[in-house]
Amino acid sequence: MINLTINGQACQADEGVNILEAARQNHITIPSLCYLRGIHAVGACRICMVEVEGSRVPMAACLTPVREGMAVLTNTQKLREYRKVLFELMLSDHSMDCLSCKRNQNCEFQALGRQLGVETSRFPGKRSEYHVDSSVAITRDMSKCILCRRCVTACGNIQQACVLGAQNRGFDTEISPAMELPIGEVNCAYCGQCTVVCPVGALKETDATAEVWKAIDAPSKRTVVQVAPAVRVAIGEAFGLEPGARVTGKLAAALRRLGFDDIFDTNFTADLTIIEEGTELLGRVKAALTGGEATLPMITSCSPGWIKFVEHAYPEQLDHLSTCKSPHTMLGALAKSFYADSIRVKPEDMYVVSVMPCTAKKFEISRNEMQNDGNMNVDAVLTTRELAEMIKTAGIDFNALPDEDFDNPLGLSTGAADIFGLTGGVMEAALRTVYELVTGRELPFENLHVTPIVGLDQVKEAALTITDPLPGYAFLNGVEVKVAVTSGLAGARKLMEQVAKGESPYHFIEVMGCPGGCITGGGQPRSQDPDVRVKRQRGLYTEDEQKTLRKSHENPFITKLYEDFLGQANGHKSHELLHTHYVPRGEFNELR
Amino acid sequence: MSVQVQSSAQGALCACGTDEERAYAQIANVMDLYRDKEGSLIQVLHLAQGIYGHLPLELQKFISKGMRIPLAEVSGVVSFYSFFSTEPRGEHTIRVCLGTACYVRGGKRVVEALREKLGIDLNQTTGDGLFTLEVARCIGACGLAPAMMIDDTVYKQVNVNKLDAILGEFKLAEGGAAA
Repeated sequence: MINLTINGQACQADEGVNILEAARQNHITIPSLCYLRGIHAVGACRICMVEVEGSRVPMAACLTPVREGMAVLTNTQKLREYRKVLFELMLSDHSMDCLSCKRNQNCEFQALGRQLGVETSRFPGKRSEYHVDSSVAITRDMSKCILCRRCVTACGNIQQACVLGAQNRGFDTEISPAMELPIGEVNCAYCGQCTVVCPVGALKETDATAEVWKAIDAPSKRTVVQVAPAVRVAIGEAFGLEPGARVTGKLAAALRRLGFDDIFDTNFTADLTIIEEGTELLGRVKAALTGGEATLPMITSCSPGWIKFVEHAYPEQLDHLSTCKSPHTMLGALAKSFYADSIRVKPEDMYVVSVMPCTAKKFEISRNEMQNDGNMNVDAVLTTRELAEMIKTAGIDFNALPDEDFDNPLGLSTGAADIFGLTGGVMEAALRTVYELVTGRELPFENLHVTPIVGLDQVKEAALTITDPLPGYAFLNGVEVKVAVTSGLAGARKLMEQVAKGESPYHFIEVMGCPGGCITGGGQPRSQDPDVRVKRQRGLYTEDEQKTLRKSHENPFITKLYEDFLGQANGHKSHELLHTHYVPRGEFNELR
Repeated sequence: MSVQVQSSAQGALCACGTDEERAYAQIANVMDLYRDKEGSLIQVLHLAQGIYGHLPLELQKFISKGMRIPLAEVSGVVSFYSFFSTEPRGEHTIRVCLGTACYVRGGKRVVEALREKLGIDLNQTTGDGLFTLEVARCIGACGLAPAMMIDDTVYKQVNVNKLDAILGEFKLAEGGAAA
C-alpha cells in the first residue's frame, strides 16, 4: 500500500493506481469526464486535474500514478474555477438541444455540469457545423461530441476494429472514419461498443422506436415480438435494479402491455440453432474424418457484428462460418411461415420486432439474405435501451409488473438457450446436445458447465475426447474434439489469423463480437458498475440453472416443430428458412 | 481513380504502365524500406506525396494496407498536418506567412490580394493548375516580414504592389515552357 494525503487527510491506496482511483478508494470523488476505469485514461478532457505538492501545474488525476508521501488537493478554489472554465469551453462548441436529446438526464456531460455547479456559459462564439451521419445501425451526431475519445479507444484498442479516429486538427477536429466518410460506407462492424462508452448523445443506435410504435398502432398489422437472452438480465438496470437482475417474467408482461400481439422468445430459436448448428458440425466433422471435403474449424454465426467484421477482414475465409442464420432471424422466418400459416395471417401483414442487446442486428435484418419470399425475416430491431425507453413512454411501472410467460409455440426454451447471451454459452449449449447425441451420455461436467470456457477471458479453449460413441458415430471414437471460444473482435482476429494461415487446431469456434458476449453488447444499458459483466453473466447462468430442461434437444416444442413443419435438421425446409450465406466485403468495403 | 489497391510486392515488380502505376510502384518500394520501423508513417506519407503529388483516399488505402496501419489513423495524420494534401496541388505552392511578425506587418493583406488575383480561396488550386495558395504559421523569416514562399524560394517584405511582378515570373516561365 502507498501512503499519501488527499485534501490533508491521511489515505492509503493500492500501489500503481492513479490518483483518481486512489481517491475513489478513500471515498473521495474527483470530478472526471473522459476517464473510464481500465479502458480509457488519456487525459483528454483535463476535468480531473488536481494539485500535487511540488508540482507547478495541476495534473490530470487519471494519468498520474500515486507515490509514497504524495500530497494531493482535489478541491481548491483554483481547481473549481479551472474545471468550470474547461466545462464552459467544451459547452461553447456543443449542440445545446439538451431537452430534446436522447441522452437528456442520462448524459455524463450534463451530470458533470451539475456536479461542478456551472451556471454560466461565458464563451459564445464559433460553433462547428456537422451533419448527422445515420447508418442503418449507428447514428453519429458530432455536434454533440466533446472529443473525449472514448469511442476511439473502444473501437481501436478494445475491439481493434480501428474504424474511428481523430481527423483534422484544432477546432476542426472530428472523431470519424477516415476522410470523414459516412460510417455506413466503411468497414464498421456496427458492434456499437462506441455507443456504450459515449458520454453524450454523439453516438447512438439508429432509432427504431418510431416505426415500432407505428406498427403496434396499425390495426392491420399482426405484431410479433421476441427477446434475446441477454436482455432479461440487463433491462432491469433502466428501472433502477442491479445489473444481472433477472426480469424475464416482467419483460414478457411489459411487451404484452405495450400492445404486441405475440410475445415470443429468441431463446426458442437459440435451442433450434443448437439442433441445426450441431447437425451441421457433425456433418462437417464426419466428412473430414471419413475422407470427404469439409471446412473446419466451423465457426458460429449468431453475432452479426462478428459476421460483418469477418466479411471485411477475412473475406476469403467465409466457408468456415456456420450457415445458420442467427436465432432471431430464424424466429422471424418461422413466424412469417409456420406461425403465420397456423393463424391464417399473410406474412406481409405480420411485423416482427426483435429486442436485442445489439446494434449490429439492426444492420443484419437489412441484409438481402435475411428475407424469404420477398419479406424481411425481421422488420425492426430495438436495442435493450430503446425498449426501456418505450416502456417508460407507455407509462408502465415495470417493477410492479407480475411475472408472465412467453407465448407458444415459439416461446418455450431450455437453459441452454439462456447462456447464448454470454461468451462460452453457445459452445456449452452445443456441447450439451452434441455430446449426448453422439455418446448417449450426458456431458461429463459438473452442473453441465464446461468449466474451461466459462469466464470472461479473451480466448478460452477446451478439448473433449469422445469414447464409446453410439453406433452411428463410430468415426468419432477416440477423437479429441478441440474447441475455442472468444469474445470481442480483437480475440476474433487472433483466432482468424490462425485460421487464415491454416494453423487453427480447432474443430469448432464460438465467436461473439462484443467482449463478454451479448451481455455487454452495443445495445445494452450503459452501466457505471465496474462489475457489470460479472453480474449479468451470473444472472444468465442462474437463469439456465433454475430451469428443469437444460439441453436444447429436450425442448418439446422444438421436437414438435420438426415433426409438424421442418422435417429434419439441415433438411430442405431448414435450408430455405434457417440457413444463409455470407458476402465478401473487403478491408475497405471495396468488394461490394 | 482506376488504380486498384495492390500488394506492395506486385507494385514493386511493375516498372511499366502508366504514370500512375509507376508512382504506386515507387511508393510500394518506399514502404518496403519503412514498413517495420515504428513511427515512420509521416516519412512515408511525405515521400508518397512527393511522388504522387497529393494523397487521395485510394492512395491512403494503399499506404494503410502496405504499412499495416488502420486507414482512420493514416487519414488522421494526413488531415492533421497542413503539409499534406488530399487534393491535387498546383505546380507551385504559395505559402504566405501569418506568423506574428508577418501578421502585424500586413501578411493578411497579402493573402487577401492573392485570393483576389488568383481567384481562389485558401488551400485551393488555380484552374490552370499553376498555383496552390496556403498560409504558413511562421517560416522563420521574421526579419523579412511580411514574407511568403513560393516552393522553396522566400520572398521578403512583400506587399500588394509587388505581387504581379512575382507571379508574372512564374506565368512567364510556364508560357515559355509550353511554347
